[in-house]
Amino acid sequence: MKDEDRLTIAGIEFRSRLWVGTGKYKDFIETQKAIEASGAEVVTVAVRRVNIVDRKSENLLDYLSPQKYKILPNTAGCYTVEEALRYARLARAAGISDMVKLEVIGDEKTLFPDTAGLIEAAKILVKEGFIVLPYTNDDPVVAKRLVDVGCPAVMPLAAPIGSGLGIRNPYNLKILMESVKVPVIVDAGVGTASDAALAMEYGAAGVLMNTAIAGAKDPILMAEAMKYAVWAGRLAYRAGRIPRKLYATASSPIEGML
Amino acid sequence: MRITVNGEAREITEGQSVASLLSELGIQDERVAVELNLTILKREYFKQTLLRDGDRVEVIGFIGGGRGLGYEG
Repeated sequence: MKDEDRLTIAGIEFRSRLWVGTGKYKDFIETQKAIEASGAEVVTVAVRRVNIVDRKSENLLDYLSPQKYKILPNTAGCYTVEEALRYARLARAAGISDMVKLEVIGDEKTLFPDTAGLIEAAKILVKEGFIVLPYTNDDPVVAKRLVDVGCPAVMPLAAPIGSGLGIRNPYNLKILMESVKVPVIVDAGVGTASDAALAMEYGAAGVLMNTAIAGAKDPILMAEAMKYAVWAGRLAYRAGRIPRKLYATASSPIEGML
Repeated sequence: MRITVNGEAREITEGQSVASLLSELGIQDERVAVELNLTILKREYFKQTLLRDGDRVEVIGFIGGGRGLGYEG
């Protein structure tokens, strides 16, 4: 992305508009290669108990250096406000940054967010000085509430996590983007490159994905595809698409025809 | 003396510090957070904090995860 088109959230400048998760890869080498190929600068990680039984097991951060990447801890797997707060605070104590991707999950089957809990948890964490990036649904009103409590960006889903269904409700997503003044990162549900490009064409500031890359037959190739898709979508958004018309408009002049 | 570390019972010596426990477990402390009896213990207190019988210690780090449920360590 060109320098003048950097994404800025809470005063932090991001080189890449593609953000990626680090789960579901075969091993750390594949994780590292795919993330390298994606060109992503932000990588999300989960917060879990350290394996104290097998200390020979390797650490993800040996493969993704915090000097090179912005490590974004999430509260994945948290179903209550209390749980999400606990994980967010632990993530900060582990000492990477004040940024947290806040998830409060409301339903096991769909992994849809519990938006009431999300707003409540966001409010508390913002007061504690966190930079809260909330995983939310595509509801514009909820997005506004999240901004009201101090979130410097919102991360609505395109479709259920890991579903690969693409953008299921493009009009809501567009309304959401027009309803808030903060960057909107489309998070979850992207299945292939065109989905990511579409999200960017609608005006998303970025796209976060994991399964679409990690679950592809060739994750490294898909990571590269996503890099170009996000880039192309962003350029198209800035360029401004032509209006849709029902009938043809000739591209070649009639003048000079025999 | 018996404590619980990440849900597992563990025998430790009297007067052992949190820092000493981490080093015994082979854990580099710059990448983890420690919760002692549900309260986060700041890194600067690892050395001076001595463990007591029945303490519940959680040692937390980062693992691969991005969307939804992360992988269990």
